[in-house]
Amino acid sequence: MPWTTVPKMERTPGVEPGSREITYREALNEALSQMLGIDERVFIMGEGVDDPGGVFGTTKGLPEKFGDARVFDTPLAENALTGIAMGAALAGMRPVLVHMRVDFLPISLDQIINHAAKWHYMFGGKVHVPMVIRAITGRGWGSAAQHSQSLQALFANIPGLKVVMPSTPYDAKGLLMAAVADGNPVIFLEHRWLYEAAGHVPEEPYLVPIGKGEIRRKGKDATIVGVSHMAREAVAAAELLANEGIDSEVIDLRAVRPMDSPLVIESVRKTGRLVVADTGWKLCGIGAELVARVAEEALGELKAPPLRINIPDVPTPSSPVLEEAYYPGKDDIAAGVRQLLGK
Amino acid sequence: MSNKIPKETLVGLYETMLRIRMFEEKVVELYPAQEMKTPVHLYIGQEAIAAGVCLNLVKDDYLLSNHRGHGHCIAKGTDMGVMMAEFYGKAGGCSGGKGGSMHLVDPENSIPGNSAIVGGGIPMAVGAALASQIKGLKSVAVTFFGDGAVDEGVFHESMSFASLKKLPVVFVCENNLYATNSHITARHPTGDIAGSAGAYGVPGVCVDGNDPEAVYECSKEAVERARKGTGPSLIEARTYRWKGHVGPDADFEKGCRPEEELREWMEKCPVKRFRERLLTSGVMSAEEMDGLRSAVAEEVDKAVSFSDKSPWPDTAELTRGLYYEGGGK
Ligand SMILES: Cc1ncc(C[n+]2csc(CCOP(=O)(O)OP(=O)(O)O)c2C)c(N)n1
Repeated sequence: MPWTTVPKMERTPGVEPGSREITYREALNEALSQMLGIDERVFIMGEGVDDPGGVFGTTKGLPEKFGDARVFDTPLAENALTGIAMGAALAGMRPVLVHMRVDFLPISLDQIINHAAKWHYMFGGKVHVPMVIRAITGRGWGSAAQHSQSLQALFANIPGLKVVMPSTPYDAKGLLMAAVADGNPVIFLEHRWLYEAAGHVPEEPYLVPIGKGEIRRKGKDATIVGVSHMAREAVAAAELLANEGIDSEVIDLRAVRPMDSPLVIESVRKTGRLVVADTGWKLCGIGAELVARVAEEALGELKAPPLRINIPDVPTPSSPVLEEAYYPGKDDIAAGVRQLLGK
Repeated sequence: MSNKIPKETLVGLYETMLRIRMFEEKVVELYPAQEMKTPVHLYIGQEAIAAGVCLNLVKDDYLLSNHRGHGHCIAKGTDMGVMMAEFYGKAGGCSGGKGGSMHLVDPENSIPGNSAIVGGGIPMAVGAALASQIKGLKSVAVTFFGDGAVDEGVFHESMSFASLKKLPVVFVCENNLYATNSHITARHPTGDIAGSAGAYGVPGVCVDGNDPEAVYECSKEAVERARKGTGPSLIEARTYRWKGHVGPDADFEKGCRPEEELREWMEKCPVKRFRERLLTSGVMSAEEMDGLRSAVAEEVDKAVSFSDKSPWPDTAELTRGLYYEGGGK
């Protein structure tokens, strides 16, 4: 189906020949499968997790393997289910609640913001809420304003939550396993266009620390920070720029709360220039926060005003011509870097 | 054949169902070209419900619908051309190409917009009914939603408030047994949706959703109750969708449901069954049927050519229209 078609992606460059490569969707599936195997407190619930499609393939095979007491379909009751997951977490379980689209999470905001995020702090550390909420950021095929949102900044604003946005298969697996093991409510945001991305993923279970960014490319002329799908676009932009003799450093933020601003600030101290590419909106967004933190700590090191690449400050339109104009990509990032360098 | 329903209403029911069916069959035909770049949630198989309910409505009665809203809008009188153009993302579409197939709007016909968030339209219908009551108008509000929406808290909250305030609203649940691919037995303890109305002091009826006369009659009663100020009603209309949750293919092909089940329901095709009843009872002749079919085919073709001729939206439209700028008007 066109609306579920995911663009093919190139293999990860620089991976040793012979090492195992799997896709982002397979990496997520493997992480869930291994967590279910390792920790009997883990269970997965959500609308359609037992579908033949298996939530873009990420839950495929799990109900058969672990039984429908641990992997099961639910009613469409997002807020209640969040509270139910939270109650189970308080009672010693490790639920993973799955949403086909992040756009359905606003219904759950009461349980997420007023309850899950607050519980550990509000009760003086006596209790905690180990739960993961997986949600998919949609994009493409005219899905419009209620089916393509990027709501990371909304969640990033709430103390008590962790907000993770992996862009590679390696991180998808390691961060999901870390999220389940974390012990706090973690919002785990997947981008639909990444599901087909292939890359090196070790077979054994491993954790990627939540809140640590990763340098994808070393460079000295400018720092490009990418979030989720935009981290890949940032790498592609850096390749374009390299052909023109511009040497950019690319940081994949990987999580927006906690936000690895120290890594970004360190890089900016070296390059003096900052471009932040986010899949979400600009106002009060991830870029706004990063730019502010850089300004607070390294204003004097900046050789040019920082720049943010975002979607326009409007909801997603449906028409293909408007949708095409809506999403920035590698060319916009490259243009931004050239602008900072006065080229 | 019911003798309570006047002949022109019976013809109207058939015509409405046929218009919905033929419009959607055109969408099925055009969709594989991949030029209609919007997810389509087809209504084929459920036509008797939209027709049966909406024939009881007047222009000023509100309609709030969902992601599967093509049939509801057609039945309420929305022009097929602006719908088709919206599917194609054209400037002439009812939402100017910004909404796509899930976000149809027709304020002229008191359709203030369809939501693609399951259950999203239900409280809005209650609100429209509240406005009607406050203003002392006779307008009724109708909301269509699926059995999946009954899972949502907002359904129950809305029913409770509507009953409390005796609001002129008709809740129409189109129970097609599935939400995406989840069967109702995976989501609801009893499957008795009409029965849940009792908890809120609202009358609830369960009706054969493939029988336009039955739907017409029970919704007539519900609309009259609402108009008289007696309060809300819930209609559960049992039916089946033939196509996938989204898109023009059938779900059994993906292993999401038994093919046998689809075949059984196709036997109960609301359009075919009603056509036969109208013919055997002499309400319409075969010639009249043929005439109607060609008139509708022409209307559908016109909708397609309207869409074809409509320009693309100017890309400057992308950042326009975030806020209403008409002030206090
Ligand atoms: C709040 C919310 N949760 C989940 C979805 C995804 N979704 C879209 S339609 C649908 C199924 C709806 O089923 P139902 O209400 O029975 O209507 P039907 O499609 O059967 O007409 C789901 C789960 C959504 N759009 N909104």
